[in-house]
Amino acid sequence: MSKVRVLVGTKKGAFVLTSDGKREKWEVSGPHFAGWEIYHMKGSPVNPERLYASQTSGWFGQVVQRSDDGGKTWETVGNKFAYDGVPGTHQWYDGTPHPWEFKRVWHFEPSLTEAETVYAGAEDAALFVSKDGGQNWEELSGLRGHGSGPHWAPGAGGMCLHTIILDPKDAKRMYIAISAAGAFRTDDGGATWKPINRGLRSEHIPDPTAEVGHCVHHIAMHPSRPGVLFMQKHWDVMRSDDAGDTWREVSGNLPTDFGFAIDVHAHEPETIYVVPIKSDGEHFPPEGKLRVYRSRSGGNEWEALTKGLPQKDCYVNVLRDAMAVDTLDKCGVYFGTTGGQVYASSDCGDSWMPIVRDLPAVFSVEVQTLR
Amino acid sequence: MNCEIRVELPQHLRTLAGVRGEVTLEIAGPVTVRSVLDAVEARYPMLCGTIRDHVTQERRAFLRFFACGLDLSHDSVDAPLPEPVMKGEEPLIVLGAIAGG
Repeated sequence: MSKVRVLVGTKKGAFVLTSDGKREKWEVSGPHFAGWEIYHMKGSPVNPERLYASQTSGWFGQVVQRSDDGGKTWETVGNKFAYDGVPGTHQWYDGTPHPWEFKRVWHFEPSLTEAETVYAGAEDAALFVSKDGGQNWEELSGLRGHGSGPHWAPGAGGMCLHTIILDPKDAKRMYIAISAAGAFRTDDGGATWKPINRGLRSEHIPDPTAEVGHCVHHIAMHPSRPGVLFMQKHWDVMRSDDAGDTWREVSGNLPTDFGFAIDVHAHEPETIYVVPIKSDGEHFPPEGKLRVYRSRSGGNEWEALTKGLPQKDCYVNVLRDAMAVDTLDKCGVYFGTTGGQVYASSDCGDSWMPIVRDLPAVFSVEVQTLR
Repeated sequence: MNCEIRVELPQHLRTLAGVRGEVTLEIAGPVTVRSVLDAVEARYPMLCGTIRDHVTQERRAFLRFFACGLDLSHDSVDAPLPEPVMKGEEPLIVLGAIAGG
């Protein structure tokens, strides 16, 4: 019998939601690490019982928690994230140089093949790797060494490396995204990187088509087609069919092309999901209606999914790492809101129900499909 | 001579370390903020990086050090702590600043 485990990171703790394959009744475990911000939790594809949680605090810095029993018990592992060499400076909000300082981990991405290897995306933006289950971390400094690092500047949420995508068909290829620098790709296991932002257009920066400086909110990929990428940008939903070398806009008939989350159906690589958000500055659903938009054609044509979602007086946000899909048939889709609800659909998005509500603001949602 | 030092940690760090109330640590040699924090981190490695930065060893900005009614936050970390702390009569208090929700 299949089982689904949903890992929810919130402003005040972590929660683990479990259900059988029917996805009708849910058990809630938590809060784990009560009172701490949990930016992200993710399980290892190699060993699904191995979970990582990014526990952070403005007072006490970063703690990395690891579970080897699916979230029942946790232990602290290494939290020493030291930048390689002399860190130097990046741009501050006002355009002046600012020293590179580690603040927190935004995203963990466990290796697809190596049980003890896990990547961490940090603020200030850098990529770290651990090959011993999180005990020791080293920076893959070729990313900041690309040369554009001193010109990267923080977005409203900080200068974070928030997206890490591993290519299941090429162990040397990896994609990352930084707010507000853009997307980058390595083809040699992280030694060297290239910006992949051609085709992005950002009117709020001095050169709207610059090589770096674009506010990329999230990127998604389907494992069967790792060269096809979908991006939710500050403005615009984008698509690349050549591993990020070029992008084209696929926002089509969306009510607003601003948003944070984007994901791909587990079995239909041309079916994608976004949650349009009104902006700039407001960051809630247009007209107070919480709608997931689905495209079954890889973009451009979008349909609003509303069944079971509040269609009036709803002013929550859905953050960049707060949407995920399971691999059951039919594909389950999940997302969490800053209002503390986690909504789930067990029919590819046709209908939705809150599987937990009244949590603290949700930062991240990940799903594990357990056989 | 070894000294038994009392340390009062913020609630979140007590939870992280799995302790209740004050912790007591034995320290050989000079009793300073640095030697006390070294002892705290040796006994409770999960607290490494939470009170002071791994790399710079700087006190985290929202934490303060108090003892015997004195604010020691801006003193040298190598300055001797007050005698009542050395004698175990008073704790070294690590306090989180009151700020925000």
